Amino acid sequence: MKLLVSLLLCLCIPLAWATEANAPKLDIGKGGQCVRDPQWMRKNHMHLLIHQRDEAVRKGIRDEQISLKNCVECHASLKDDSVIAREDSFCAGCHRYEAVKIDCFECHASKRRVALVNKDEK
Amino acid sequence: MSDHDTQRRQFLKTSLGAAAVAIAPGMLLFDTAHGKTEADSSKVRWGMLIDTAQCKTGCNDCVTACNKENGLSGGTLPTDSQWMRKIDIKDISSGRETSLPMMCQHCEEPPCVDVCPTGASFKRADGIVLVDRHRCIGCRYCMMACPYKARSFVHEPLHDQKPDVPRGKGTVESCTLCVHRVDKGQQPACAQACPNKAILFGNLNDANSEIAQKLRSVASVQIRADMQLNPGIRYQGL
Amino acid sequence: MADLYALRSKNRLYYVLLAIAGLVVLAGLYAVHMMESHGHIITGMNNQIVWGLPHVFAIFLIVAASGVLNVASIGSVFGKAIYKARAPLASLLSIAMLAGGLTVLMLDLGRPDRIIVAATNFNLTSVFAWNVVLYSGMFSLVIIYLWTMMERRMNPWNKTAGLAVFAWRFILTTGTGLIFAFLTARQAYGSAILPPMFIVLSFAWGLAVFHVVQTVIYAWNEKTLDADILRRKKNLLGVFIIGSLYMVTIYHMTNLYFAHKSAFENFILRDGGVFPDMFWWGYIVIGNLLPLLLIYVPGLGKAKCVMAASLLVVLGALSLLYVFIIGGQAFPLDIFPGFEVKSTFGDGQIASYHPSIYEFLLGIGGLAIAFVITTVGVRVLDFMPHDKPYVAD
Repeated sequence: MKLLVSLLLCLCIPLAWATEANAPKLDIGKGGQCVRDPQWMRKNHMHLLIHQRDEAVRKGIRDEQISLKNCVECHASLKDDSVIAREDSFCAGCHRYEAVKIDCFECHASKRRVALVNKDEK
Repeated sequence: MSDHDTQRRQFLKTSLGAAAVAIAPGMLLFDTAHGKTEADSSKVRWGMLIDTAQCKTGCNDCVTACNKENGLSGGTLPTDSQWMRKIDIKDISSGRETSLPMMCQHCEEPPCVDVCPTGASFKRADGIVLVDRHRCIGCRYCMMACPYKARSFVHEPLHDQKPDVPRGKGTVESCTLCVHRVDKGQQPACAQACPNKAILFGNLNDANSEIAQKLRSVASVQIRADMQLNPGIRYQGL
Repeated sequence: MADLYALRSKNRLYYVLLAIAGLVVLAGLYAVHMMESHGHIITGMNNQIVWGLPHVFAIFLIVAASGVLNVASIGSVFGKAIYKARAPLASLLSIAMLAGGLTVLMLDLGRPDRIIVAATNFNLTSVFAWNVVLYSGMFSLVIIYLWTMMERRMNPWNKTAGLAVFAWRFILTTGTGLIFAFLTARQAYGSAILPPMFIVLSFAWGLAVFHVVQTVIYAWNEKTLDADILRRKKNLLGVFIIGSLYMVTIYHMTNLYFAHKSAFENFILRDGGVFPDMFWWGYIVIGNLLPLLLIYVPGLGKAKCVMAASLLVVLGALSLLYVFIIGGQAFPLDIFPGFEVKSTFGDGQIASYHPSIYEFLLGIGGLAIAFVITTVGVRVLDFMPHDKPYVAD
């Protein structure tokens, strides 16, 4: 038992080291605050999204403001219109840091509806 | 030392947060299951009346519009998704030929909903039959059960989906009656695209709606009516 | 010394066999990995043939897993001593095959990573969801049943556990049959005879698998099965084969009688190319007639013949399931009765199915899982049937 506990503790050491590295600098796209303050959103965005998801899919209650589409619209990078394309993309950057897999973008669009990038170039 | 401590605390907090993420969906689902009044009401039943006399053999406009609206490839390999297809039928005894679009018939008693093990297939209060892709495990039992072969399975990873129409590998999908458009008060893409206005979309439960009035005045049928599933898609001139 | 040498080489053979099976399991997992990363596009399955080879193997394993318990039931419920001695082995086989079959079914899902959803969201009207309960219940019940047999203090509960297993496996195979029986729209399925048909098929397939394993274990331990026991087992297998042949005949006869299903029967029994071949040669000749000859023709019916008969029954089972599952989907769904139809989505056309190596590996992987569980189980615990001096009962 002691052995097991010490082994588990040993496994934690690299994790503790990892936290000493700085939190990721994210490309927040247009940014701005439309739902709640950033700290609250960091902790709770998944609850909002899941709540909105079930309401929208099952009951047709579409709260555009807290929809995933709306998140992407503002937070997609101004460089490539995506929230997952690069290391520092808004969603991917933080989720990689926290080692939480995002399942959203296998199905959902990870780019904003009307590309800003192409427009700017033109 | 104290700096190290705060970092450690931060780390513990974030890991707790991650744990909460893992547990929260279940808790939250439980909350919303009871709860608010439905946005889509059962006073509404969306349906279509398709006038086969106006549907031309060889015309594929509704299918093309469907593919475009929903971001389907338009391919017709056996592994490609086809939410809507044109079927040419010929009466064996009389030789009469007809062409018509076929898609999810949005049954009142949908077999796909009955057989789905996880409840991913479901019927909204307004009669639209959908797949909740968050729950679909890809067992394909609904495809076996559907009498209209309306469903397709996504066989490959997809990219660049439409923001309004999420779709993904390993789940089953079918015509949504363009639910994202209907919720905005628009018509399904196919109904809008038909050059002959052969597809009439509307609320079957509203006696004053155009579709309800037309259903009262012309003869229409449901396909495989013998199965008594009461589909919301009706056909005229079959 | 020679004995020791023989023992060592046998030991080596054991590990070689286990390693081979392990490799087959790994190959199956590799196939799953490929299917996961590329999608089902790399299999032969498509929007017309939605269930393919993996389901043939999985359903065989699950049906046989239920049928093999027949051996145990005859012992525990009906109190026949020679079957009672075989109940532990039968239970082990049942667990092994159930595990193999379920693994295949689960890993063939489009989103196996979400399998937990099947437990958290439960649709009561779905026979698939019922089966989730039936399969997991079967696992636990059989394990408890084994416990009551192998732990002396639990022996008094043996009869109760045996009865529970007996009832449960009937319901389980009914559930498997119902998966198809509830598909009312399809000409091939949607028949109330399917659940009882699957139950009778399970008797024959389970006993055949049991006999194959028992023969191998006896040969491995250099023992010979008592001639009387062999005779009784052989006759039982014969009766089960005849029974299953009867059920399959009735299923096709009723379909032939219904005018709206006769086109399908013509396809599956006469015109469907590979399907009639597999049905008549694979199932009827190899899976039934040859085994019956091997069992009943005077002069035959020796240990080797019964072993061969059992193997043939297994082959026949796989052929029948192939015809039933894939042939049943290949025949076009009749959406417009009385009309000729054509479309871009295979309406009115026979669907084609070319299984790929991946789905084959997945299916075989399931068999290998069952093999590994059985061989390890037999090695570490005492599953060898211990016959008392034979008394007729």
